[in-house]
Amino acid sequence: MKKTSRRDFLKLAGATGAGLLACGAGGALANEGTQVNNEELGMLYDATKCVGCKACMSACKRVNSDYGSLSYEKAKFDTDGLWDAPSDLSGSTRTLIKLFKESEQRWSYVKYSCMHCQKPSCVSVCPVSAMTKEKVTGIVDYNKNTCIGCRYCQIACPYNIPKFQWEKALPQIVKCDLCKNTNLREKGISACAETCPAGAIKFGKRKDLLEEAHRRLAENPDKYVAHVYGEHEGGGTNHLYLASMPFNKLGLPVIKPEAPAEFSEKIQHTIYKGFIAPVALYSTLCFIAVKNMKGHKGHGSDDHKKEEK
Amino acid sequence: MGNSEEYQKLEGKIFTKSFFILLSVVLLGFYFVGVRYVKGIGAVSNMSDGYPWGIWITYDVATGTAIACGGYAVAILVYIRNRMQYHPMIRSAILTSMFGYGLAGFSVMVDLGRPWNAYNFFIPSKWQANSAMFEVALCVMAYSTVLILEFLPAILTSIEQSKWERMNAVRNWLHPRIAPDRQTMLDKLELVRLGAVWLKPRLNKVLIFFIVLGITLPTMHQSSLGSLLLIASTKLHPLWHTGFLPLLFLLNCVFIGYAIAILESIISSYSFKRPFETEELSGLAGLIPFVTVIWLCVVIGDLSYRGQIGAALKGDFYSGWFMTEFLLIAGGSLLLFFKKLRRSPRWLFISASMIVLGGALYRFNVYLIGFNPGQGWRYFPSFAEVMITVGIVALEILGYKVFVALFPVLPNTSAHGGQRHQKKPKGKKAAEPDQGLSQGPLQPAMKNIN
Repeated sequence: MKKTSRRDFLKLAGATGAGLLACGAGGALANEGTQVNNEELGMLYDATKCVGCKACMSACKRVNSDYGSLSYEKAKFDTDGLWDAPSDLSGSTRTLIKLFKESEQRWSYVKYSCMHCQKPSCVSVCPVSAMTKEKVTGIVDYNKNTCIGCRYCQIACPYNIPKFQWEKALPQIVKCDLCKNTNLREKGISACAETCPAGAIKFGKRKDLLEEAHRRLAENPDKYVAHVYGEHEGGGTNHLYLASMPFNKLGLPVIKPEAPAEFSEKIQHTIYKGFIAPVALYSTLCFIAVKNMKGHKGHGSDDHKKEEK
Repeated sequence: MGNSEEYQKLEGKIFTKSFFILLSVVLLGFYFVGVRYVKGIGAVSNMSDGYPWGIWITYDVATGTAIACGGYAVAILVYIRNRMQYHPMIRSAILTSMFGYGLAGFSVMVDLGRPWNAYNFFIPSKWQANSAMFEVALCVMAYSTVLILEFLPAILTSIEQSKWERMNAVRNWLHPRIAPDRQTMLDKLELVRLGAVWLKPRLNKVLIFFIVLGITLPTMHQSSLGSLLLIASTKLHPLWHTGFLPLLFLLNCVFIGYAIAILESIISSYSFKRPFETEELSGLAGLIPFVTVIWLCVVIGDLSYRGQIGAALKGDFYSGWFMTEFLLIAGGSLLLFFKKLRRSPRWLFISASMIVLGGALYRFNVYLIGFNPGQGWRYFPSFAEVMITVGIVALEILGYKVFVALFPVLPNTSAHGGQRHQKKPKGKKAAEPDQGLSQGPLQPAMKNIN
């Protein structure tokens, strides 16, 4: 993980033209894609420390429920949404603790929430820039005032994180934004990390989290699967995982180090580099078509024929 | 496009029994559309966070626009490959394309969760060129506009020649108190007619540039419809997830386009009791195998390059669907290699249907069947969801039926026959009325050929 320039971010935030020009040749792009910014904010979730109390879930709901009009019906006495008992992330749940049990000895909790990818697929596919990645913090944020509700982000996200409010007439996408407008702004830490009584969620810069993760792996090699999930997955994520069970058993998919967005953008940019191909196609076709029309003796264009009658 | 005598209106009543059957299907579909807007998408559809795109996107948009590519495919043939003998077919092809694309756009508005924000597509600061969806959306909107422009000459011709019988009938039907004054109405209609007369030659002068735009835009967005799924590398089955998706989708829409032009012509000949256009159709059909062979080669080559041939022959769920799609397209094209079969409307119909089905199944495979978001997710469309799609398709057919009666769209059978006779005299056209050959209709037809 080498430290990188801001090029990556400039590219992400780049306007249409800049984006198109910057990316072209596949090879060059693939190299750029592997650059990772370790200064971004993230979280390290250690499944071996988690006690499954779900305090993070209710803290998340308490802090964020009013923000972004994520209001959902709940009882007056249940301000924490404690009795929501959601079985999956949903249009009213941004983070979730699950238990995966193989036997009495082998089990593990796992926490789901946005991975805050280094090269997020959702940002890459959003047609109207409703999904954005913040330049400095690396937070992948959602703007409901721009979103058209096409749900392409859901198709694209390999972790199935963005959720849609299917039951609402005026729905929106719901996903973790690292408490960007709530707890992070007020207290400098995400609500789940602040609340966790077991110290299973560590909040901080990606480089510190990685350092910490590798230190834990080195100190207790028997306790963990020797892998920091998110270090390289899909171009790297800012939400990192340590666990004692294979990650794919915890519902975290096996993903190649190349970000899916790199692959698709590479192809899209090769086709549309500088918008040259479409313009060239149009002019060539125009040339041929007009020539063909001329070929029809004196009929300037086929459509003039009808006037000549 | 084309001269007016090249096309003719369909004689007969509009309000037939089938009109009302279709209309009731449309109304049922629109009832569910209403439910969707009041109660949310979840109330009518089985879509979920795992399968956020259901049949509305898969059929109405991804497959529907391919089926609406008849206009695109025939336009390439006529204007780029310079085969003017197919010109009589183009108007009905454009008409179906217009409905196909227009209604694809409509179903997108049903499918979008926050359609009121769709104006963001027109705000440059919100543009996101990395997104294939952005490209598809802009291109489809532009192409729909182009299709309307391409169809406009038919409407203008109709206005030019109209005696306003229907208008008068409506006026007479209205209660005298609310009916507009007859003379005022006629004056205003005369203005409309003059406008049409003024506009038509001007439109015709620039129309070729719109036609070419109407070839460029589908080339762009049909390939981008494939690019849409490029990013789902972990979800789309490796049989279908390949960097060649854009190319495969583009070729796919071309052969679907030709096949659907054939089907459409056979079906409308059959149901409107008009002679079959066997000559043009067999010519069109002869082109299909060239495109499908390239498509099949790319598919096989790509699968073997990625080492997925084994997966294709494995015999599991995915390979079953893959083989079905593959064999339908391969089988349909194989039939079209035989000249004899190409000249029989029945075999043309069978092979064209196989190709359309196979091509459509390919798109379903990419968007739904081969798409697996992970454990525990399942999708099968709900009744209401299907009815919305069926309602939209019914509206498409209904619109087509009304338009061919209102505007000169279908090839003029008499002029048409003459035209063919000019090209290559062949005996095997006994089915068509050839009487008109020697007189009037021949003159325009001859001009056409020049």
